[in-house]
Amino acid sequence: MFDWIQMLADGLVYGLLGLEQHSRWGEALSFFIYDSIKILFLLMLITSLMGIVNSYFPIDRIRNFLSRNKLYGAEYLLASTFGAVTPFCSCSSVPLFIGFVKGGIPLGVTFAFLITSPLVNEVAVAMFIGIFGWKTTLIYVSSGILLGTVGGYILGRLRLEHLLSDWVKGVLHNAQQEDAWEEERLNFRQRLPVIGREAIGIVKSVFWYVIVGIGIGALMHGFIPTGFFEAWITRDNPLAVPLAVLMGVPMYSNAAGVLPVVQVLVQKGVPLGTALAFMMAVVGLSLPEATLLKKVMSLKLIAIFFGVVTLCIIISGYVFNLIF
Amino acid sequence: MQQIKILGTGCPKCKNMEANAREAVKLKGVAAEIIKVEDIQEIMAYNVLSTPVLVIDEEIKIKGRVPTVEEIAQLL
Repeated sequence: MFDWIQMLADGLVYGLLGLEQHSRWGEALSFFIYDSIKILFLLMLITSLMGIVNSYFPIDRIRNFLSRNKLYGAEYLLASTFGAVTPFCSCSSVPLFIGFVKGGIPLGVTFAFLITSPLVNEVAVAMFIGIFGWKTTLIYVSSGILLGTVGGYILGRLRLEHLLSDWVKGVLHNAQQEDAWEEERLNFRQRLPVIGREAIGIVKSVFWYVIVGIGIGALMHGFIPTGFFEAWITRDNPLAVPLAVLMGVPMYSNAAGVLPVVQVLVQKGVPLGTALAFMMAVVGLSLPEATLLKKVMSLKLIAIFFGVVTLCIIISGYVFNLIF
Repeated sequence: MQQIKILGTGCPKCKNMEANAREAVKLKGVAAEIIKVEDIQEIMAYNVLSTPVLVIDEEIKIKGRVPTVEEIAQLL
């Protein structure tokens, strides 16, 4: 599917620029051009597709659906799945959290949504397909959704409502089902320009992360010998996964910035499961997110939330390493 | 005079919306007051789930996306 891009990149680097085949700079540059074009192409495609879904299936409708139906436990899985398909901007996490609580959706279900949302999104999916292919993407997406479901369920069972900020408790007290919801009535032709603009906006906003990420990846690809990381992050070292995860939690980057680096780590010998767990920790949990959540919950609740999710990520890292 | 409120916690999208709203007001040449609402409790009073939100005369016009200058001008 992407052969033409590889041919283009090779032609450009070895033909036009006249770099030597298999030279370090040549390999790094060809890798950079190939990856950039492929990933930007996939990004545009997937964000447009997700844009169409979201235009017809906005967050308000999801909230009302979750608040109106009694689902006997399936609501965790559903909330987590919805988290995967909705676009996520960390600045929207607080309004979203309050909105869910206000609609009478249980705290654990809200957490399920919040956990999956940054882990699985259009940018992550596009880059995953570009870098690791369909199979790994599918495994990543389903484990991201599973992680949100399990994490949300555990947090729900812990009954943590008393640890919310006082004003949020007030909101919780007055929670009610909300049916009021006015839809923008537009046909597909009217929606299309909006969807296209949004998709271009998303691609633009991650553009430099992608370029810088691929740039770092390309340099590592060209200059770090294969098997380099194996010296210290080996499959046999049982502490590798928790260490990688704990290192990733305070770091903040989106999937766009971290994935090209993860790709190179894997190529140079880090087990895929360890690398994926590291990535989940980087994109799923971060200090900026904790600061935002401080407005709606106590420090203790944030700590429990982060603790449970970290634990789930570590476990999934081990499971990944068993699968791959 | 029309009153335009931009609800948002201060992310780049919200700043874009504010800039576009100012541009639209200038384009239309109408008298309008632009207020940026950043307090989360105040934002939640409008019962919205995604930011940024464009409110004109206390009526929610657009939520969760950044409208173009022309689009806002039409709403004024």
